[in-house]
Amino acid sequence: MSFISIGFFAFFAALLLLYYLVPRRFQWMLLLAASIAFYASFGLKYLIYLGVTAVSTWAAGVRMDDLYRAQDAYLKEHKQEMSREERKAYKARVSGRAKGVLVLCLLLNLGILAVIKYTNFALENVNAIFRTDLAYVKFALPIGISFYMFQSLGYAIDVYRRKYPAERNLAKTALFTSFFPQLIQGPISRFDELSQSLFAEHAFDGREVTFGLWRVLWGMFKKLVIADRLAPAVAALTAADASYSGVFVLATILFYALQIYGDFTGGIDITIGLAQMLGVKVAENFNRPFLSKNIAEYWRRWHITMGTWFRDYIFYSMSVSPKMLKFSKWAKNRIHPEVGKRLPVYLSTITVWLATGLWHGAAWHFIVWGMVNCVILLISQELAPVYRKFHARFAWSNTKGWEIFMVIRTFWMMGMIRVLDVYHTPGFWARQIASIFTTGNWGALFDGSFLKLGLDAADYLVVLVGSLVMLAVSLAKGKGPVREQLAAKPAVVRYGLIWLLIAATVIFGAYGIGYDAAQFIYVQF
Amino acid sequence: MKKVIRCLVLVLGLAASLWLLQRLTMPKYIHENEEGVLAGEYYANSGDNDVLFLGDCEVYSNFSPVKLWEEYGITSVIRGTPQQLIWQSYAMLQDTLLHEVPKVVVFNVYSMRYDKSESEAYNRLALDGMHWSKAKAEGIRASMEEKETFASYVFPLLRFHSRWKELGADDLRYMFRSEQLSHNGYVMRVDTKPVTVIPDPIPLPDYTYPERDWEYLDKIRDCCKEHGITLILIKSPSCYPHWFEQWDQQIADYAKENDLIYVNFLAHQEETGIDYQTDTFDAGQHLNLSGAEKASAWFGKILKEQPGVSDRRGDEALAAAWEKKMEFYEAMKASQMKQLEETGEVHSYR
Repeated sequence: MSFISIGFFAFFAALLLLYYLVPRRFQWMLLLAASIAFYASFGLKYLIYLGVTAVSTWAAGVRMDDLYRAQDAYLKEHKQEMSREERKAYKARVSGRAKGVLVLCLLLNLGILAVIKYTNFALENVNAIFRTDLAYVKFALPIGISFYMFQSLGYAIDVYRRKYPAERNLAKTALFTSFFPQLIQGPISRFDELSQSLFAEHAFDGREVTFGLWRVLWGMFKKLVIADRLAPAVAALTAADASYSGVFVLATILFYALQIYGDFTGGIDITIGLAQMLGVKVAENFNRPFLSKNIAEYWRRWHITMGTWFRDYIFYSMSVSPKMLKFSKWAKNRIHPEVGKRLPVYLSTITVWLATGLWHGAAWHFIVWGMVNCVILLISQELAPVYRKFHARFAWSNTKGWEIFMVIRTFWMMGMIRVLDVYHTPGFWARQIASIFTTGNWGALFDGSFLKLGLDAADYLVVLVGSLVMLAVSLAKGKGPVREQLAAKPAVVRYGLIWLLIAATVIFGAYGIGYDAAQFIYVQF
Repeated sequence: MKKVIRCLVLVLGLAASLWLLQRLTMPKYIHENEEGVLAGEYYANSGDNDVLFLGDCEVYSNFSPVKLWEEYGITSVIRGTPQQLIWQSYAMLQDTLLHEVPKVVVFNVYSMRYDKSESEAYNRLALDGMHWSKAKAEGIRASMEEKETFASYVFPLLRFHSRWKELGADDLRYMFRSEQLSHNGYVMRVDTKPVTVIPDPIPLPDYTYPERDWEYLDKIRDCCKEHGITLILIKSPSCYPHWFEQWDQQIADYAKENDLIYVNFLAHQEETGIDYQTDTFDAGQHLNLSGAEKASAWFGKILKEQPGVSDRRGDEALAAAWEKKMEFYEAMKASQMKQLEETGEVHSYR
């Protein structure tokens, strides 16, 4: 059941009505039932995977919590009798047992993920390297598995780290894992943030429901009017047998940037809006990423919850782990102090980007995508002193014009990396990017070639106007929450704009017969 | 309370504006795919028809209710749409019964060969114009292809929104009205394109009609029986597509088993007087006005013998209504003849 379907609208409308009619103490239970029903609509068998993750993280959380509670009670009881060293040793033993529980939980869940998502990738590489002919395995990949699993594992790690106590109610843990608006494409929420509003009792709040609805409408506009309208052109431009090089590659970079922005941020707008209508506060996942001035900043603004997940649970876990610190010390003494200083950051960054690439998909182009990001970030980090000197020396590099240049430069650089998603093989991607500089087919801009990509002039106009509207909204966001600004406008303006948004989405949206209404791109991850 | 009223006004305003957009974007079928208006035109002609024709283009091109009135005083209406499938015919029969109970239902059996929808566009032509009823809903469910949604029939804006690129003056002009095309469902063509070659039939692997079609034929039979209606099965006159002997036999057997009249016009070409050199506008697939009038004149003799069917020309009110229909009939005929004389072909029905 896609968010963009009449079935889903009916499902959500019925849920919303019930949600505010049932006694408030039952609201979270209703959400759990709705989430299970929603996920079951993709196939009953997928509930097994979801169930395993929910139950295993719940059980691991409770077990670790029990261990810590017993430890606290024991230490309290024996406070006088135990020396500091004895207490430390006892804590280390308990922590070791908790770690064992966590590792089991991680192994089980990541094992499932590895088997169903990466087995065929592994087999493909084994076959290629050893010239074998191992048969591929057919697994049904549960929709959104990377999102709900990472969210649940984050919870288990937090409980292990004693960031907060475990949720002892299995049903509530299951709801945290399966909360349907964010189940299929995130954001990857944190338990301590989401649970506060997820399990709370909510009275009907007209303003929240209205704001939520506006956000849903805005998300649908981005998805249907821009992303889905561009989809046929991107598909044509990136088809394996297509010879769209040079200026067409620039077009691909631009179109795909707009498509994925409209698709992913649109999907997240719908998610956040739906949750808001239910009184649940879901984490923001984007902060005007296309206005970033460099790639590091871009990654702090794009898919924020994924970035912070990898930062908190992989980067920090690795870079400040005792073993890494020991290794760093060894390198400082034996190789060079600067090498020792950088080693934890470099190794952790490489691991994070390798994992990020693999998280996006089981294919080499995703791994290369991760590594290209990694290399650029590390080089930028190394060149930071040079940049500082540059800005200190040239005053014009601190002007608005230079900032705009940096935004445009970052947009195109990230765009070049991003199209690895759609060019599918690193070699093809490299050739296509190179062709920008080697193929002078600028005439294609004017000879009607772009009208053979599944879009006509009217389509391009819709995309152009839609993109300008997106840009205007992004810029307006810089002055504060857009919906607050809208709410402050006179009723005629406010409702006029909402009406325009609805009418534009209904009329100019690419959906229905004649369009292959695209599934949200990030669902596949 | 004030908030509730404001909310209600907003929702109603939004619904009204979306409805207007829907009216604007829906195809008007004025200058292309004109047959799209046929399903909707029925309602202006409903209420007092003794004979109802159901079927595809072979009924709306081949029979003239005006001729039946002129010759026999029989009131009749055609509910034909392009490639109408039997479940759509059934839906139209049930829908008709909400407005009138004819004495005779004439069903053209050519559609028995299809066990599923062949084109979404034909579904639209048959169903969009129907007024909402349980029959229409069932017709939609029976007709929908996998890619279609029921919601898009309830809100055709969801289907036709993409027409924004092709909107023209007609879309504004005909937002709330249409131009009459048919004569109680009959679509007139006065031009002639004689048969030159009849394509060889392509043998089929299996001539047995699909089970689904038999089920609907049973439903039509039962529905007619329930309402005291005489059901007549016909194979409308045409040269091709080919009417296989095996198909004919199955229908003849069914008619015999169920004590129904079955008229295969192909077997009565001589009696009807249809000449495929002068009576067809598309080389044998459909009849032109001359052919339709010949077929109607001959078929009227059978229809007038059916229970309840009588010469109603003595009914003044009815006669006055049919007089207007005849005027429109003659006007269209004159208009098409003029086009034919001036340009050698018929560009427009009207």
